[in-house]
Amino acid sequence: MKVLVPIKRVVDYNVKVRVKADQSGVDLANVKMAMNPFCEIAVEEAVRLKEKGVVTEIVVVTVGSKTAQEQLRTAMALGADRAILVETEENTQPLGVAKALKALVEKESPDLVILGKQAIDDDNNQTGQMLAALTGMPQGTFASEVNVADGKVSVTREIDGGLQTVELSLPAVVTTDLRLNEPRYASLPNIMKAKKKPLDTVSPADLGVDLTPRVKTLKVEPPAERQAGIKVASVEELVDKLKNEAKVI
Amino acid sequence: MNASLDYFNDTHRMVRDSVRKFVEKEILPHIDAWEEAGEFPRELYSKAAETGLLGIGHPEAYGGAGENDVFMKVAASEELMRCTSGGLVASLGSLDIGLPPVWKWGSEELKARVVPEVLSGKKIAALAITEPGGGSDVANLRTRAVRDGDHYVVNGSKTFITSGVRADYYTVAVRTGDTGFGGVSLLLIEKGTPGFSVGRNLKKTGWWASDTAELFFEDCRVPASHLIGPENGGFFCIMTNFQMERLMLCVMANMTSQLALEASLDYVKQREAFGRTLAGFQVTRHKLAEMATLVEASREFTYRIAAKIQAGQNCVKEISMAKNFATNVSDRLTYDAVQLFGGMGFMRESVVERLARDNRILSIGGGTYEIMNEVIAKQMGL
Repeated sequence: MKVLVPIKRVVDYNVKVRVKADQSGVDLANVKMAMNPFCEIAVEEAVRLKEKGVVTEIVVVTVGSKTAQEQLRTAMALGADRAILVETEENTQPLGVAKALKALVEKESPDLVILGKQAIDDDNNQTGQMLAALTGMPQGTFASEVNVADGKVSVTREIDGGLQTVELSLPAVVTTDLRLNEPRYASLPNIMKAKKKPLDTVSPADLGVDLTPRVKTLKVEPPAERQAGIKVASVEELVDKLKNEAKVI
Repeated sequence: MNASLDYFNDTHRMVRDSVRKFVEKEILPHIDAWEEAGEFPRELYSKAAETGLLGIGHPEAYGGAGENDVFMKVAASEELMRCTSGGLVASLGSLDIGLPPVWKWGSEELKARVVPEVLSGKKIAALAITEPGGGSDVANLRTRAVRDGDHYVVNGSKTFITSGVRADYYTVAVRTGDTGFGGVSLLLIEKGTPGFSVGRNLKKTGWWASDTAELFFEDCRVPASHLIGPENGGFFCIMTNFQMERLMLCVMANMTSQLALEASLDYVKQREAFGRTLAGFQVTRHKLAEMATLVEASREFTYRIAAKIQAGQNCVKEISMAKNFATNVSDRLTYDAVQLFGGMGFMRESVVERLARDNRILSIGGGTYEIMNEVIAKQMGL
């Protein structure tokens, strides 16, 4: 069976980002970029399914600028077989990406789509759900365990208060949570092999989708700086402050 | 960190990311314990081999990644240094000085047997030049190898040998001929050869995670087929080998500086004195600005020389200059970083404490500061 793994190029999780002076967004100049950590987990899960003999082909895809080829190559070094770049210079948004992915699903007919539950840049947590809605495929979100057997995928989901296991008929959409697996790192021989794997570039127009952003960002501000704590002399003072200053009780 | 990206291509960046993850996952969680224990698990060699890390800079024919991509070696070494232990990097990387003479000048039989075992992490390789009687004066080394039939009989000793305790293969400089540089040869000597014994793990100022030993040869019979390069032609091999070793020492020094700078930047934003953070004092900010400038200049210098080596140019003078420059900078930066940390910088729990100790060897190993200056002066026609 074939798996489609959509991934996203984001700011490396180690980077402490700064807001641009004009408040139009986050400053990306000279900032280290990497594959979104949830996407790495999605790639890893697909590779493990392939190693188990469940999956025969892994197609990795991203919607973004030409530089995102780097992340596609990384995914191929981790074990994906081929890659598709939907090239756009637009600021990508979940609905547009989901439409592009729907077009690719129709073209590639994967049995399973595995993608990260959210990207650590915008934290939208929408693309997987939108893709499921647009294609009519069942969805299993926030997966902490995935098992494929007999034309079905069972997905254990992390929900408030515990775990829920759902069974979906294939083809289906699965989004990955943090505890699904621990991604491997690419070995040098696999990095070299990845250079020879096919990477196709298509335009949004080729797929018949319009990626123009529908949501406009008005202003981006850094979170308020944390104030230093204070020491209180007595329980009475603490209760008084919680009641009258913090107004939490 | 992102400066001079033009020296590095996409593959180098992927290797860099991969090595960084290897360090974060396999080394950083344990490094403090390994430093205190004075060694790291031997399995790390095979784990590093699995990622392809050990093969960088060695020929593909024997399981390496190719010997001609200098910047891949630089990228991987820079990231490996992020484990914060120069000792681990030195021991894990001892094959980089011990093995190249074997695949460059060893017999076909020797290459086919030894190189794949080392690159796969099953065996450890070391280089043994320095003797108790002298290190810098390679041309006057005293360990003697006398031909006897199809063997050499080796007598003498070596000291300060990185990976000396645990290595399986030692590339040893011996005297086969007359006095002076024209009588020096290289021999591959295996652990377990009768007459060859290894001393205790030497206690050192820094590089604690690295095993360093003295080696003793008493009528040690080594097959003549273990000769590396022509008999009495070893001096040239040793000098050629120094170029990459010195480049790696430049990288180690620059990364020592970089890590000291990064740790200082974090610390001065948190540490408060006289009612404000250390970063709030102009004297601190200017100190850090100067530190950053020195690291930048040294790194760019090293990259430039690496590019010349990549282009096949003779860089004996320049690499010596870069090594002295880089270690001057790392001396200053590790000193300043400890000073910024104050009492905390004297505590083993601070990374700058280890960096300062580990740094001390960098202007001594692979050719001392003074020998580097002699090399430079000679190249200037003095």
